Amino acid sequence: MYRYDEFDQRLVDERVAQFRDQVARRLSGELSEEEFRPLRLMNGLYLQLHSYMLRVAIPYGVLSARQLRKLARIARVYDRGYGHFTTRQNIQFHWVRLAELPDILAELAEVEMHAIQTSGNSLRNTTADQYAGVAADEIADPRVYAEIIRQWSTLHPEFSFLPRKFKIALTGGKRDRAAVKTHDVGLFVRKNAAGEIGFEVAVGGGQGRTPFIAKTVRRFLPEQHLVSYLEAILRVYNGFGRRDNLFKARIKILVHELGIEKFAALVEAEWAAIKEGALKLPEAEVARIRAHFARPAYEEIATPPAGLEAKRRADPALARWLRHNTAAHFKPGYAIANISLKAIGEVPGDIGADQMEALADLAERLSFGEIRVTHEQNLVLPHVKAGELFALWQALVPLGLATPNIGLASDIIACPGLDYCSLANARSIPVAQRIAERLADLERQETIGELRIKISGCINACGHHHVGHIGLLGVDKQGEEFYQMTLGGHAEEDASLGVLVGPAFSSEGVVDAVERVVETYLDVRKPGERFIDTYRRVGPQPFKDTLYAAH
Amino acid sequence: MPLIKEGAVTEDRWRHLADAEPVPAEGPIVVSLERWQREENALLSRAAPLGVRLKAGQHPEAIAAHVRHLALVALEFPKFTDGRAYSYARLLRERYGYTGELRAVGQVLRDQLLFMHRCGFDAYEIACADAACAWRKALAEISVFYQPTADGRPRRPFPRPATAAEG
Amino acid sequence: MSLEIVTANRLKDGRTVYLGEGSWSESLEDAQVAGSAAAAQALLAAAERSAAANEVVAPYLIEVIEESGRLTPARWRERIRAEGPTVAAGSNQRTREIA
Repeated sequence: MYRYDEFDQRLVDERVAQFRDQVARRLSGELSEEEFRPLRLMNGLYLQLHSYMLRVAIPYGVLSARQLRKLARIARVYDRGYGHFTTRQNIQFHWVRLAELPDILAELAEVEMHAIQTSGNSLRNTTADQYAGVAADEIADPRVYAEIIRQWSTLHPEFSFLPRKFKIALTGGKRDRAAVKTHDVGLFVRKNAAGEIGFEVAVGGGQGRTPFIAKTVRRFLPEQHLVSYLEAILRVYNGFGRRDNLFKARIKILVHELGIEKFAALVEAEWAAIKEGALKLPEAEVARIRAHFARPAYEEIATPPAGLEAKRRADPALARWLRHNTAAHFKPGYAIANISLKAIGEVPGDIGADQMEALADLAERLSFGEIRVTHEQNLVLPHVKAGELFALWQALVPLGLATPNIGLASDIIACPGLDYCSLANARSIPVAQRIAERLADLERQETIGELRIKISGCINACGHHHVGHIGLLGVDKQGEEFYQMTLGGHAEEDASLGVLVGPAFSSEGVVDAVERVVETYLDVRKPGERFIDTYRRVGPQPFKDTLYAAH
Repeated sequence: MPLIKEGAVTEDRWRHLADAEPVPAEGPIVVSLERWQREENALLSRAAPLGVRLKAGQHPEAIAAHVRHLALVALEFPKFTDGRAYSYARLLRERYGYTGELRAVGQVLRDQLLFMHRCGFDAYEIACADAACAWRKALAEISVFYQPTADGRPRRPFPRPATAAEG
Repeated sequence: MSLEIVTANRLKDGRTVYLGEGSWSESLEDAQVAGSAAAAQALLAAAERSAAANEVVAPYLIEVIEESGRLTPARWRERIRAEGPTVAAGSNQRTREIA
């Protein structure tokens, strides 16, 4: 894991002092709300329906046990005892007070955390594949580059007042576990024919009002040019992105309006002028950062312990958890353990302070002190010995963190919605809860198989509904909550945007509608087809027929 | 509007010429880009200092070839949220080799001064009661910088940051 | 004729507040009700002076209706602001949501 050196630490400490002064100037009235708003947004502080909300950065989704304990403390002392993980691997606290913000940020700085640029028209948290460094199918660890990007993008003097927010994501292998194609810039780590590391660079992805899948702007960018190329992209965007219309200000619109060839030409011309300059990454610097992500002291485990298999056979609940919530680790004898924050009836992505502390202890005991956050609002313990999976599972069950539903129908992504968010038109959380309750039966979920349901409470799409297999978008129709349904979205390397099926469903009717879609899939699927495969084969018509057939 | 240059409030010697105003023979004058483009030769033939003022959206490429003739370039921030001039400033300094006064005008607020300074501005029209004090404080707030820019601080191998103390 | 009150968020802690008789309250019951356009504008003007004095942020008028003898916001969104999130507290939250 990256460890701050004295410079990194000094930056966050100075930032805290700077914000403390800005808060004081706001409370005294020296700064108006209009002047203060961009400043507080650059420190991740929103004013929502009921309260201020603080979005704390979790760079590329990696947390230490110590950091998780601090988040638990912040939840207890400054909030209402819980936090919420987001689709950008960050954590949100929904009940903070402006006057206490400097103290909260000071506490975060103690454990090398901050809320810098988690909002505002700036470069946001760079996210990465939650299995980085441990996935069996990885080309190279994307966290190394995510950390380099984090530093380059932090308090960048040229790019702090962009036309709109800017989000970068990386994935370390062929599989895209970080939804990179829905980002302003998506980076795939690649190797060229000579075995050198580089990136395929895609630009102009995004959800929201006008969703786009990112287009490749460069097939192979050598490793040492990562930052200079990003600088060229940002300079083109900063100069030419629209500033006349808030809804047309993202880079996806610029790419769409110029066309990818013309956009690429602008970037390449700018890049040509700077690529051999100070932004070229020296190998020694990449190596220095890479050293922070060195593998932990894994044991050499020649044969897996026999006990687990016997326990698995004896206990269907354990078997289910192993089947759905664990993933293959590159190191023999180890496993990746997913921690579901989608217990039936709970708020998706929420975690209580007690749970955070217990998980921190488990991470220390069983995962080299490391936890990951996924963009699907779950957590991961990335380095668990196979022989300790049973003990882990036993510990997770009473904590309510062992629901065996990763990737299944009740593993729903939902934004906070109208229960919390001032931008929302409708609530998402109760819909997610009711769908999860309707589909709660685990055998049924296993029969259905992989199904990603994603719910957003407004067009800003923080719930990523455009790339849900079933996507729901909350709308306000004459004061009532309705839900538009899209089908066939997908957030992996073969990304696709969902298609609207027809008129929106009422709050009463939407859960039935989702169930009807599931039933239709089960009726028409061929053996081995996941929901998304069936949808791609048969298209939306069979689903429209069952959803809207006259009775 | 106070003008801050080199950390102190300074009198503005420059005369900002409206497009229709006749060009005086003497004295430092600042003209709009449109005027510069129409009357380039006449303006260059004056012996006195010349400045150009660019609006947001007027890319400095338009004056790049002539920067050595200019003693002042003023870049506008129509709203402080419009960040185009940060890029323009860096291009003027780092790409086009401009060495004259680079002035931030428009909605220039204390909390953007450090970013501006790092991008190459060295003069600021800032609407602030105690501008010199605000300037000093703003520049002292952060001393660690991850990005190499042309602000005079020595550049280190990226991304190891340079610090003001070592500068 | 519609009834209106003024709401805002308190600057120092962001909480939902309603303009009562010369002060802000977290309880909608304490809100001063305007029964005419002129009265509503007067309330809003008072609220904006309070915002200028850095007590609250972005005050605005909302419509309220009488329901079972109590005043309640006409808009669903404002009901949520008044009563707090509608989500049931599960075992992963220490306290029940309150406004």
